[in-house]
Amino acid sequence: MNKWKRQLLAGPYLIWIAGFILLPLIMIVYYAFTNADGGFTLEYLAEIANENNRKALLLSVELGVVCTVVCLVLSYPLAMILNGLNIKNQSFIVFVFMLPMWMNFMLRILAWKLLLSKNGVINTALSFFGLPGIQILNTPAAVVFGMVYDFLPFMLLPIYNSMARIRKDWLEAAKDLGANNLVIFFRIIVPLTVSGIISGVVMVFVPSLTSFAISQVLGGGKVLLIGNIIEQDFMQGMQWNAGSGLSFVLMIFVLISMALMNSFDKEGEGTAIW
Amino acid sequence: MTMKKNLIDFIDISKSYDGNLVLDEFNLYVRENEFVTLLGPSGCGKTTTLRLLGGFETPDTGKILFDSVDITNLPANERKLNTVFQKYSLFPHMSIAENIAFGLKISKKSKQYIEDKIKYALKLVNLDGFEHRSVDSLSGGQQQRIAIARAIVNEPKVLLLDEPLGALDLKLRQNMQYELMRLKEELGITFLYVTHDQEEALTMSDTIVVMNQGYIQQIGTPEMIYNEPENAFVADFIGHSNIIDGTMIEDKLVEILGVKMACVDEGFGKMTPVDVVIRPEDVELVKPEDGYLTGEVTSLIFKGVHYELDVMANGYEWLVHTTQYVPVGTQVGIRVIPFNIQIMHKPESSDEKAVEIDE
Repeated sequence: MNKWKRQLLAGPYLIWIAGFILLPLIMIVYYAFTNADGGFTLEYLAEIANENNRKALLLSVELGVVCTVVCLVLSYPLAMILNGLNIKNQSFIVFVFMLPMWMNFMLRILAWKLLLSKNGVINTALSFFGLPGIQILNTPAAVVFGMVYDFLPFMLLPIYNSMARIRKDWLEAAKDLGANNLVIFFRIIVPLTVSGIISGVVMVFVPSLTSFAISQVLGGGKVLLIGNIIEQDFMQGMQWNAGSGLSFVLMIFVLISMALMNSFDKEGEGTAIW
Repeated sequence: MTMKKNLIDFIDISKSYDGNLVLDEFNLYVRENEFVTLLGPSGCGKTTTLRLLGGFETPDTGKILFDSVDITNLPANERKLNTVFQKYSLFPHMSIAENIAFGLKISKKSKQYIEDKIKYALKLVNLDGFEHRSVDSLSGGQQQRIAIARAIVNEPKVLLLDEPLGALDLKLRQNMQYELMRLKEELGITFLYVTHDQEEALTMSDTIVVMNQGYIQQIGTPEMIYNEPENAFVADFIGHSNIIDGTMIEDKLVEILGVKMACVDEGFGKMTPVDVVIRPEDVELVKPEDGYLTGEVTSLIFKGVHYELDVMANGYEWLVHTTQYVPVGTQVGIRVIPFNIQIMHKPESSDEKAVEIDE
C-alpha cells in the first residue's frame, strides 16, 4: 500500500508529460501522416523536397554547423584557460561566463538587434572613431552571431567539466614519458574531453538547427530557416498538416545527428549532462 | 676500491614555496646502480627533491647534474629518467598495452619492438596477458605494477619512485618490496625512492638519506642508520627508541637518569651533555636486584613477535620489547650491555635544533 502511495506522488508529473509532451507528439505524428480530410498521406512529409523548404533546411543545417564550429573553436581554448587558471575562485569565473544564461534569451537577442542596427550603438561608436560601420543585421552572419552568443555556454560548460576531471598527474606522467605539449594535447587532453565535446556539440547543434526566433529577430525575415517555415505554417497559414510534416522530418534529423554524435562517445559520459 | 661514478648530483639546491623554505642548500649525489631512498616525515622535502629531478619543479638556486651534464632547466620530457607516481597515474582512456607503449611510440620505436617490449615488461611485473584490459579493471597493486612497467620499457637510467606503495595494504606492500628489489637486480638501473615508511626504507635500500625540514640528517646504509643514528631525530624516526638526556662522564662511561653506565663510545670529552639512544629490543629486563635501575611495568601490549612494555624507572618511561611475559605492576630491573648504548652529540646550533621532530 505504501509503495502505491509513494508512486502517486509522480502523478502530477505524469499528467504533465502525457498532456504536454506525449499528446502533442502524437498529434504532430498524426497530422504529419494525414491530410485535411483525415486520410493517410505521405504528401506532407514530401513537402521537405519542395524547393523553399529544402533551401531552408539546408540553410538551417549550414548555419547550425557554422554556429557549432564557432562555439567549439571559441570554447575549447577558453575552457583550457579557465581550467589552467591557478586561482581559488575558478568556479566564480565560470559563473561569470554563465551569467548571461540567466537572462531571457529573447531579451538578449533583441538587445543585439539594437546594438547591431544601422544607427545602433556599435556603428555610432565605430563612426565616432572614423571606422567603417558594420552592416550585418538581417544577414545569415547576424543570425549565426546571435546563435553563437546564445548557445556558447552550452558548449563551454560540458567541455570545461570534462577538462576539470583531467588529473594533473596524468599530464605530468605523459611529460615524464617524453611527450611534448603537442602530444599531450592530442593524445591526452583531447581524448579525455571527447565526451564533453560531444555533449557541447549536441547541445549547440540541436537548438541552432531548430531555432526560429533568433533568425526572425536578427534575420529580419530575410533569413528563412526551417524553423521559420514551420512557424509560418502553424501561425500564419494554419497549415497544421504541412507544419507537422516538416516538424516530423526535422525531428528525424535531430535524432540522427544525436545518434551519430553518441556513437563517438564510447564511455557514454556525455549523455549524463542532458 | 673502485668508486662507481656519480650519476646524479644535486648541488646547493634551494627551493621555497610561498616563502616556505622546503630545501636549503641541499647537496646529494647518487651513484650508478644504487638503490637510494629519501626517507622522512611529510614536508621534509623528499618529494620536492624527486620532482626537481623529474623536471616538474625548478630550483630557486643551485643546479642538478645528470651524468655530469647540467639538466637544471631541461624540460621533463627531455630527461632520460622516468617516474612512478604515487597515484599510479595510468591514462584512463588507454588500454594497458597503450599505456605501456606511450613512451615508446613517442620515441618512434618500431611496431615489433614495441610489441616485444610490452610482452617483456608485463612478464617482468608478473601480469602476462593483461595487454587489452582496461585500467579500471585493475586493482591498486596491479595498477602500480603497470605504472612501473610503463616507466621501465623506456630503459631510463634512473627510475624515480614517489611513495609508490603508499596506497597498498600491508601484505601487498611487502610483496611489492621484494618485487622492486628483484626488478632493480634484473634491470641494473638506479632507483631513487621516496617514502616516509622506515621499514620500507630499511628493507630495500642500499643507501638511506634521512631528511627533515629541508635538511639531510644522515646518509648511510640501512645498518648504519639503524644502529648508529647521528642525532635524536634519526633515532626517533627510524624505529621507536628511548632517547634520554645524559652526561658523558669520561670515555666509555655515561650517566643517565642518575645512574652511571658503561658504554663503548669515546672522544666526547668529560662531563659533556649528550643524547643517549637505547633501542627497545636492547633493554634487558632482569630481577630488580640485578638491574642498573629498577622500575615498574605500567603497560603491556601483545605485538605478535614480542610484547611491548612501558617501564617507569627513575622518572623515565622506558619502551621495552621483550618475548617474556611480564604482567603490569611487576617490579623489574633494567640492564643494557655497553655495546647497545648509543651516544649522540646534543644539537648545537639553532639550525640543528630546528630539525628535532615536532609532534
